[in-house]
Amino acid sequence: MKGMIEMAKKSIVDFSKIKKNLSDIPKPIQVINEHAEIVNQDIFDTFSDEQLLEFMKKMVWERALHEQTMNFSRQGRMGFYAPTAGEEASEMGTVLAMEKQDYLLPAYRDIPQLIQHGATITQAYLWSRGHVKGNEFAGRSLMPQIIIGAAYVETAGVALGLKKNGENAIAFSYTGDGGTSQGDSYEGMNFAGAYQVPALFIVQDNNYAISTPRSKQTAAPSLAQKAVACGIPSVQVDGMDIVACYSVAKAARDYIIAGNGPVMIETLTDRYGAHSSAGDDPSRYRTKEEQQPWLDRDPLIRLRQILTNKKLWSDEQEEALVKETKDACKEAIKEADQTEPEKVSDMLKRTFEVPTPELQDEIAKFEEKESK
Amino acid sequence: MTKKSYIQAITDALDIMLKEDPKTLIFGEDVGKNGGVFRTTQGLQEKYGEDRVFDTPLAESGIMGLAIGLGLTDWRPIPEIQFSGFTFEAVDSIAGQMARMRFRFNNKKHSPITIRSPYGGGTHTAEMHSDNLENFFTGVPGLRVVMPSNPYDAKGLLISSIENNDPVLFLENLKLYRSMKADIPDEKYTVPLDQAKVVQAGNDITIVAYGAQVQEAQHAAEDLSKENISCEVIDLCTVSPIDTATIFQSIAKTHKVVIVQEAQKMAGVGAQVASEIGEKAIMSLDAPIGRVAAPNTIYPFALAEEVWIPRKQAIIDKVKEIINY
Repeated sequence: MKGMIEMAKKSIVDFSKIKKNLSDIPKPIQVINEHAEIVNQDIFDTFSDEQLLEFMKKMVWERALHEQTMNFSRQGRMGFYAPTAGEEASEMGTVLAMEKQDYLLPAYRDIPQLIQHGATITQAYLWSRGHVKGNEFAGRSLMPQIIIGAAYVETAGVALGLKKNGENAIAFSYTGDGGTSQGDSYEGMNFAGAYQVPALFIVQDNNYAISTPRSKQTAAPSLAQKAVACGIPSVQVDGMDIVACYSVAKAARDYIIAGNGPVMIETLTDRYGAHSSAGDDPSRYRTKEEQQPWLDRDPLIRLRQILTNKKLWSDEQEEALVKETKDACKEAIKEADQTEPEKVSDMLKRTFEVPTPELQDEIAKFEEKESK
Repeated sequence: MTKKSYIQAITDALDIMLKEDPKTLIFGEDVGKNGGVFRTTQGLQEKYGEDRVFDTPLAESGIMGLAIGLGLTDWRPIPEIQFSGFTFEAVDSIAGQMARMRFRFNNKKHSPITIRSPYGGGTHTAEMHSDNLENFFTGVPGLRVVMPSNPYDAKGLLISSIENNDPVLFLENLKLYRSMKADIPDEKYTVPLDQAKVVQAGNDITIVAYGAQVQEAQHAAEDLSKENISCEVIDLCTVSPIDTATIFQSIAKTHKVVIVQEAQKMAGVGAQVASEIGEKAIMSLDAPIGRVAAPNTIYPFALAEEVWIPRKQAIIDKVKEIINY
């Protein structure tokens, strides 16, 4: 049509090329591959036998904790529970690289890290059942965050607080692959970047947000590259390789504590079980064929093989540790059973530091009822 | 004593608290070098440094998350949300997180946060700037909502809010910002939270109001006094929790009540006051409870504000209706 600007013969920008370049991401970091072969000898050699044993023990502990908790769940003795099997390398590898003074902001699947960071199993069980005593963690951590993304904005704040306090500590937080679609996830990382605060954001990418596959969350070829939007360095790591997970988390912490600002890590892992104990059935949306390669990549298998070859680990040792862990779980649930039920008067008392006159009236009424 | 505007009273309170408590932090969009879009934080960054008064990225949920995290690490945050309409962006951080901190952690952790945010009609703002959103927040246990009606209370209530160890949503009225001045003490003083004030004594009817409507109620009372109707005007000051004792005391004397709010009628502060009276003090009354509120529409476009916002005449009409019941 006359007067209309003709389509340029040569485009000023090649969007196809830019899009293609987005997929040009480095391979996930790995130290031990799925065939139990050491693919990064230099890094592997930095670990003593004791350290490798410790990794194994922590993963076996987490798997046993999960199995016993799942049993309790089937018996109707737990409340909300999000299975952790398959994520041992990702969870233990990252949390073991942290220090006691670091501040943990966990999501609801991060109970093993929470226990590792100072909570007791009894507290974790009470949290699961829904009792305030489950939230009185001794360590520096919040209770598991149910609102996906909220922990990320809070992490930026905790990290700024630690920086202002001049503390030798970082704030670290977990979310899943689905969580990266939340506005708060972006805002949290972007604030942390803008203020260059000591924060570590860990995305445990198990490929599913309940039934929604990771491919439906975003067109981004990796979740790690989302950190680019915030000017934060990020990396993908084989989330089934505890030596790699630990090494990356440790490197991140060292980098952060040196005052270089936040880091984001994406661990590639798998959720062997259901999304949660609340009636989710993965057979509705996952095939055995699709999951099988992940089961073959079980984080326990490869380290077990290496340690067995080194004559550092045996079935007997593993069985003993599993039994010890399950016994501890049984003790913990007994303790949880014995916890006094909550009273409404106590709930009213902790709504504000000083109860308002109306709350005082309500407290008096409930105390009278409760004393009968 | 110095004659100060509502804005200057707020700046005064912030200045005093920055000076007195090294743990206080002010942050938000444009609150630093710019001194805030209404100049409420004017000069504070210059005086106390960027460590204490600083700008944030443009993201309200992030700002509130920042406040929660800072509260957890022993700071006393005073974040600002530029206009209360933007609090929607931060509802989870406010209602889902900071308001629950003490409850969740059985007193082991808390959120000593004061969120400042302007609201209120009559200044022809763009959309989502003037909405009266207190209704959304008064139903949140663990959160206080404070709405001062004059410069003296603005300063005293803000200092009380900052000193309080629980989260406070401190809503500042845009219309009052520059339209009223009052003599206020230069030094530190507090006005107690959770307490209503009788701002004008009277015998025939009680008018309960808050925010900019207190002034409207006082003007209405002045006009009504010329017709020998004596109004007792109560300023709620804190709209959650509500000080019902002061209201009950007043209606025990007047036996009639009109509740006034600028917000839409639906499920508002007025409804809460009315139901408290209905539940606990109905026998004090010898006429129905009168209510003056905005129509149940979305907040109007700028040019329609004056036909929408309840003003003096609406209060006069309602008082006469109840008096003559």
